[in-house]
Amino acid sequence: MGLWTAAGIILRRELKSYFQSPIAYVFLVGFLLLVGFLTFMVGGFFEMGQADLRFFFFWHPWVYLLLVPAASMRLWAEERKSGTIELLLTLPVTLPQTIVAKFLAAWLFLILALVLTGPIVLTVLYLGNPDVGVIVAGYIGSALLAGAYLSVGLFASALTRNQVISFVVALLICLFLLLAGWPPVVSMFTRWAPDWLVRTVAAFGVMPYFESATRGVLDIRDMAYFVSVMIVMLLATHWTVENRKGS
Amino acid sequence: MLEVRNLEKWFGPIHAVRSVSFQCAKGEVLGFLGPNGAGKSTTMRMITGFLPPSDGTALLGGYDIREAPVEAKRRLGYLPENAPAYEDMTVEEFLLFIAEMRGFRGRRARERAGETMKRCFLDKVRHQPIETLSKGYKQRVCFAQAVLHDPPILIMDEPTDGLDPNQKRTVRQMIRDMAAEKAIVLSTHILEEVEAVCTRAIIIHEGRIVADGTPEALKARHPSGRLDEVFRILTVGDEAQ
Repeated sequence: MGLWTAAGIILRRELKSYFQSPIAYVFLVGFLLLVGFLTFMVGGFFEMGQADLRFFFFWHPWVYLLLVPAASMRLWAEERKSGTIELLLTLPVTLPQTIVAKFLAAWLFLILALVLTGPIVLTVLYLGNPDVGVIVAGYIGSALLAGAYLSVGLFASALTRNQVISFVVALLICLFLLLAGWPPVVSMFTRWAPDWLVRTVAAFGVMPYFESATRGVLDIRDMAYFVSVMIVMLLATHWTVENRKGS
Repeated sequence: MLEVRNLEKWFGPIHAVRSVSFQCAKGEVLGFLGPNGAGKSTTMRMITGFLPPSDGTALLGGYDIREAPVEAKRRLGYLPENAPAYEDMTVEEFLLFIAEMRGFRGRRARERAGETMKRCFLDKVRHQPIETLSKGYKQRVCFAQAVLHDPPILIMDEPTDGLDPNQKRTVRQMIRDMAAEKAIVLSTHILEEVEAVCTRAIIIHEGRIVADGTPEALKARHPSGRLDEVFRILTVGDEAQ
């Protein structure tokens, strides 16, 4: 049996386990309510008089900040707490496959949540003639953003057997990524920090990359940023599990 | 079948396992004895590929657990300490997952899971989530996942821990039934278990093997002819005697 077949079996089990507990439904309902409320009420969608999804995507980094760590916190922490990590890692499969399987399962789940926002798109299409290309680019950007946050969450989950700690650590790292390139924060730093430091820290921020996607620009550099975050965090997860699994 | 070569484990400054070597052939039931904290679980975790050894290695059916871990793990069934299982799954779903991970597909996976449930007396609870089961059933579910693919090597960390006397008897009977076809290593600190199921015993103390022989040979090492006396002398410092 190929190792990636085994990874596929793990992926399926992980995905099913979301729906076997109330987590999936609480998450999906929470996500849709929050996104809908922020887009239509707080975002002032109706007052704007313009049929586009700018204020829909605007909130995604903030909604993900709360919800992605909630979806990822149990991925490794629970395995360590219940001892099933010892079963999983003594099955005939390697750690990289296991990590990728867990990551993809959770990412598919987040993408499902994103797909369920479809009615918002339909509303906009009904009300006016938005640029469909911009919407598609926005969705791709949002899925990549969710994947980047998720890779951080997977890493945080590998650090501890406590899901609450895993949640908070993931939230803090994602908050750093979110604020690092954000103009109000950058301008606050430029007052006292040296220029090279400001620019280095700002380069880690997700916002510029995500914003260009929501404007309809899918630059290869923006994609490369998200993919690099994922790769680095998955490697960090591998290192962490390898070194902490027995503790 | 199973060959353990000079296993060493350091946890920071603590030398947990010191040059442990032994072999276990098909048909043998090897009891791994020792006080709590002697290094039994750590040794087993290295043999099964869960923990990387600081030095040394283990060969499972000729495959080195460090060089060819996936091939080695295919030949292994492992019951970890405290019998972990995915508690949100039902017994059937869990064993089906294990069957698929062990390379069984579709109908064959379902048949295999079904046979294993019968063999381990889990039929009655097959549709129950594992979290709702009693300790005895959970132990048997984890036992079932270890033997599902009929592995030539079976490693069990305290397989009867926390079970009532009847359940202990059942598990021991299941181990005896499989013994002829497999190389079995089980750890325990219950000495009666050694006499009940093991063909050979290793006593480990402070990470080192201090005795290796049949239960009869070990008993003969003390005038009383009792295993607990031999165990006490080997695993307690001179001052405590």
